[in-house]
Amino acid sequence: MPDLLDKRLVFVTGKGGVGKTTVAVALGLRAAAAGKRTIVCEVSSQENASRIFDHTEVGFHEVEMEENLWSISIDPDESMREYVLLQLKVRAMRDMLFRSRIFTYLAAATPGLKELVTIGKIWELAQLDRKVKRGRKYDLVIVDAPATGHGIGFLQTPRTFAAIARVGPIHSQAQELDRLITDHEHTGTAIVALPEEMPVNESAALERELRSEVGVAVDRVYLNGLYPERFSNAEAERLAEIAAGENGAVRAAARAAVSEHRRARSQRAQLARLRRRVEAPVKTLPFLFEPDLDLEAARRLAKRLH
Amino acid sequence: MPAVDEILAGKDICICAGSGGVGKTTTAAAIAAGMAERGLKVCVLTIDPAKRLADSLGLKELGNEAKRVDPALIERQGIEMKGELWAMMLDAKATFDELVARQAPDEESRDRVLGNRIYQQISSALAGSQEYMAMEKLFELHTEGRFDLLVLDTPPTRNALDFLDAPRRLTQFIEGRSLRVFMRPTGIAARVAGRGATVALGVLKRIVGFDLLADLAEFFNAFSGMVDGFQARAKRVNSLLSDPHTCFLVVCGPQGEPIDEAVYFHRKLVEAKLPFGGVIVNKVHYPAERLRGDGGDLEAALAEKFDASPPSGVEQAAREDLAARVAANFADYQALAERDARNIEHLAAELRSKGVIRVPYLDEDVHDLGGLAEINRYLFASADERVAIAAGRA
Repeated sequence: MPDLLDKRLVFVTGKGGVGKTTVAVALGLRAAAAGKRTIVCEVSSQENASRIFDHTEVGFHEVEMEENLWSISIDPDESMREYVLLQLKVRAMRDMLFRSRIFTYLAAATPGLKELVTIGKIWELAQLDRKVKRGRKYDLVIVDAPATGHGIGFLQTPRTFAAIARVGPIHSQAQELDRLITDHEHTGTAIVALPEEMPVNESAALERELRSEVGVAVDRVYLNGLYPERFSNAEAERLAEIAAGENGAVRAAARAAVSEHRRARSQRAQLARLRRRVEAPVKTLPFLFEPDLDLEAARRLAKRLH
Repeated sequence: MPAVDEILAGKDICICAGSGGVGKTTTAAAIAAGMAERGLKVCVLTIDPAKRLADSLGLKELGNEAKRVDPALIERQGIEMKGELWAMMLDAKATFDELVARQAPDEESRDRVLGNRIYQQISSALAGSQEYMAMEKLFELHTEGRFDLLVLDTPPTRNALDFLDAPRRLTQFIEGRSLRVFMRPTGIAARVAGRGATVALGVLKRIVGFDLLADLAEFFNAFSGMVDGFQARAKRVNSLLSDPHTCFLVVCGPQGEPIDEAVYFHRKLVEAKLPFGGVIVNKVHYPAERLRGDGGDLEAALAEKFDASPPSGVEQAAREDLAARVAANFADYQALAERDARNIEHLAAELRSKGVIRVPYLDEDVHDLGGLAEINRYLFASADERVAIAAGRA
């Protein structure tokens, strides 16, 4: 099992479209199979994870998907309601506040507040002594982090809020969240990358920023979607000749083989570049030639995680 | 589906929208280069482009202003460019500072905002400001009128609404009217707002802390002289987005999730009455000719081919093995091609009359001007030409 899963909280991050959700679910399956009570959190209300589990939308509930594996979609508004109730302790007071114009205005317009309360909920899920009613204790919380323009934006939110509020409750709570995120012993991150020029550059930049600007531990870079090396150079050359001289299915098949070979080769060059450019260990995950990434695909990836 | 140059005929602005990881930056750069090739003076506004693409466009030392891509660089690629290609990298913080400087009634008000701690945090670090500033820069360049066409590569957002909503949300925050009223509990407005509001403020203070509320009030006060200016500008930015001379192109990939997002984005654009131009689907696996019979026939045909002129030094058994691998690989590719075709069919049905431009999954990554030209063979080809090119490649 990857040592990454010995931590209590793992953020799976990276640019959009790199397969973060699949990797997050695969990590969850792996940890659950090893007997860890694990929850996979989605934060952008997209319900991609429940889609993989072929489950109806889970919403803001901790829903058991498999033995030892739960899933939740963290909704910022619900997180805010829960948080304010924990602060005020009186439901009527919370509801009064939520009805007031001043609060709805501030809650809707304050930049970054959604991200902050989302991280607050993640913090709450990771507590061993949970304050919410019927809160289950988890050994491991895995977060399918949002893809943002600047990947660090989300994880940097607590620090930004701690700076905005110099003193007071928001300041100390934001600091608490930042301490959790930057606790190298208990919290880790995995960057998911693709074996292409730009994603490799972006992943290297993301790692640098996560380390230097947010101060988190980057434990792994998963290079996702690596094509197998199906053909040798000599075979590919011969197939290219056939593709040039033939017609019909033979030509199309030879052409597809040449494409596969070129992609596989350029991907290996990108893998080498990535290894040179990041500090964290790089692990590869195979491209799955399947139309739709379902639970079976995630299971197969889970076995390949290291 | 018409070609990109037909879609953009008579347009001043092209906004490339879509989720992350679908080749939006590359597509925006390719469209800009293609339109410049056809004689327009075009500027592409991009956010954080990959370094190699930036290098190839000569953008290495670019700041927050437009810079012309060296024509010699383009000619070296064998491209004859009738117009001009300009590019800039967006700096959200610098754009925000410029905007404040422009809106401030005097230097003192300007410095008060620029020096405000909360301002410094929200202008660069927090969500929303990047989206707004991208549109702000677009508006500014459009007003200057230096270019025939502006192509905006939008920042990747978690969902379409965040992007379209950014100017309104940010202006609303800066406005801070209700909070300013509440923070002056002796004012007439507070008395009008009534006792309920005072109680709410008391509860809020308990959660947020008095100091932060006071700092926020100071922040809103610093902006107070500029609120009207900001609002008016946000309104103009918004009306620019819905102008008939603006065109939204949605960029996506062929897998289920990006396609669903493109469908969603299209619906939101229509709901918001924003001018939608079409969808560009990148990295499409084109279906090759159908197999006759089963895969066994293909394998046999391939083995025969290899027998007729064997790859040097390859034994009979190895040749059969190669034929089997080629056939298996082809089956994998066909499955992906069928998935892509199915997803695109679904997309086309959702878009009704509006069409879809497919760009094939090329063998090599696109990260230089040569690669952009390769993409443009598809983006700027008529529907018939696209089919012909794809058949040639398949």
